[in-house]
Amino acid sequence: MMKKEKKPALITWIIVAVIYAAVFVAEQVLPPTSMLFTVLKKGATYALVAVSMNLLNGFTGIFSLGQAGFMMIGAYVYGIFTIPVESRPVVYQYYDGGLIQFTVPVVVALVLAGLAAAFFAFLIGLPVLRLKSDYLAIATLGFAEIMRVLIQWNNMGPLTNGSNMLRLYPSFNDFNIKDASGNVTVYLSTLVPFLIAGVCIGLIVLLLNSGYGRALKSIRDDEIAAEAMGINLAHHKRLAFCISSFFAGVGGAMLAMYQTTVQAKFFTTAMTYEILLIVVIGGVGSVTGSVLSSFLFVAASEWWLRFLDEKQMIGNFEVPLLRNGFRLVVFSIIIMVVVLFFRKGIMGTKELPDLFRRKRKEAAK
Amino acid sequence: MWDTIFPYLLSGISVGGQYALIAIGYTMVYGILRLINFAHGDVFMVAGIIMVYIAASGVPLWVSVPAVLVITALVGFLIERVAYKPLRTAPRMSAMISAIGVSYTLQNLVLYITGGLNKQYPAIPLISDSIKIGSATTKVVTVVTPVLVILLVVALVTLINKTKIGMAMRAVSKDFETAQLMGIKINSVISTTFVIGSFLAGVGSVLYFTNYPTVIQTSGAMPGLKAFVAAVFGGIGSIPGAVIGAFIIGIMENLIKGLDVILFKAGLITKPLGLAIFSDAFTFALLIIILVVKPTGLFGEKTTDKV
Repeated sequence: MMKKEKKPALITWIIVAVIYAAVFVAEQVLPPTSMLFTVLKKGATYALVAVSMNLLNGFTGIFSLGQAGFMMIGAYVYGIFTIPVESRPVVYQYYDGGLIQFTVPVVVALVLAGLAAAFFAFLIGLPVLRLKSDYLAIATLGFAEIMRVLIQWNNMGPLTNGSNMLRLYPSFNDFNIKDASGNVTVYLSTLVPFLIAGVCIGLIVLLLNSGYGRALKSIRDDEIAAEAMGINLAHHKRLAFCISSFFAGVGGAMLAMYQTTVQAKFFTTAMTYEILLIVVIGGVGSVTGSVLSSFLFVAASEWWLRFLDEKQMIGNFEVPLLRNGFRLVVFSIIIMVVVLFFRKGIMGTKELPDLFRRKRKEAAK
Repeated sequence: MWDTIFPYLLSGISVGGQYALIAIGYTMVYGILRLINFAHGDVFMVAGIIMVYIAASGVPLWVSVPAVLVITALVGFLIERVAYKPLRTAPRMSAMISAIGVSYTLQNLVLYITGGLNKQYPAIPLISDSIKIGSATTKVVTVVTPVLVILLVVALVTLINKTKIGMAMRAVSKDFETAQLMGIKINSVISTTFVIGSFLAGVGSVLYFTNYPTVIQTSGAMPGLKAFVAAVFGGIGSIPGAVIGAFIIGIMENLIKGLDVILFKAGLITKPLGLAIFSDAFTFALLIIILVVKPTGLFGEKTTDKV
């Protein structure tokens, strides 16, 4: 019996290991300007954020739309604590070099980014988590808007640089190992985001498979029944909200690394909507689905569907409709089709190991 | 002192009236479907874009304005048929996600059509002329808006209280299933609701964009959210509540925009604090406070959840 349970897990581990090895090898072999790496880096970032959103919306049944806000907090905390001291006068040129005059290591900054987001989640969760579905959605969305304005406030300038951007902090490219003359010897700029996202998603999966995870799922399925079974609703909801925000914060820091600049005006509700749609396409309630659809979404929007934005000629025939923005229209239609007709998304509520499990059963028949 | 506050108050009343027209759409749809129609703000924006293109084709005003209103109502009707009707029996979250998807689609569609450029809203004679009221100079639309809002609301309330379709709407919002069992055609009632809501959003957009003369694909998002807050503030499902909430939010928002100037003139501060950027944030802070203190809003009905 145990052996049956272990085999799918083993296959999953092998697949994950192969993917990581492939990423590492591809990075050494292919030119670093390849679109593939843009997609992989951004995809890994979005995968983490999407999974963190799925933890709330898919597994706990809390419909939160504050994700962009928590990402923004994470991105800012990361930026603020990692800009090298010598670069601060340049970045904070309107605020006399800014308030903070020290830096912390990147890993510490990542954790701080998560903790800051979790802290704000705790604060906002106190009033907001008492609300029901759509009221909660709109309240968290409102919270994200408030944070965005607060960060851009001129009087916050010494800390957040006001409405100017944060830059010159370590980005993904700084993870490449260079020799003395500055030539890259080992490329790690794609593997590192994969590792960060992998560790975080792994932690979320561990949480979901624990007793806490089962409690969260029972809250999603029936709040009243869960409470009757002795689950402390307020405590578990707060926990899920803070943990989800923690990882959204880390994801925000990763996005900051990917973009190399941070500006509050990018973290709009549109970003939250985009992540929500990723979660829906992947399957609400499936970690694997969220990860898959993140990469698909990013690849389609940054790479595969790019041709829709430019004029295309087939022989002498100019394909009609193709011009700037058409890609997004096609994209929206695909999303609407998924939302309306394939409500389960790519994976439904299945995970990667489940796929092998089912196949085995069918084979046994 | 009064001379300083008055212009802000005036534009607050005007904007409040425009929010009210959008808020009615939210509150009616929520009352019947229990759905936050996230796309409603974008319908409002689409109405603005349609006006830009119709006016550019050179038709006279008495054709273009009614045409905009009719097309906007049609857009609302189509959205409901395509995106919400198939999800009638699905969980509430699905319908909300579909609404977000519609919002995303409308914005991208407009982005494609306009090329992402700010479009100049056509000047509408009479309501975009300037007039002087007391110490403030403003556009005629500022005065027209509250009057028009009150007229429309009276008409709408009469429709809901006195006509057969209004009675059907009240029945459906009271109890969806029972209303269906009593032979009310749910789908036509819901369609009517969307048509009325979109029509009012169209009226709101004509008034709003006369004051803020450019339209871009994101112009609808913020007014939409604020109108929703107004609907919640007034008690979702209640039309007078939505209107009063919208006026309060419009006025408060504009007072905050002028808070620096007002405080400075009153001698309370010596240098500007840059508080004006909090005018949007205030609305959301208000939302969170009202949801915590009185979730049913000012005029909302108390509902009890049955197990």
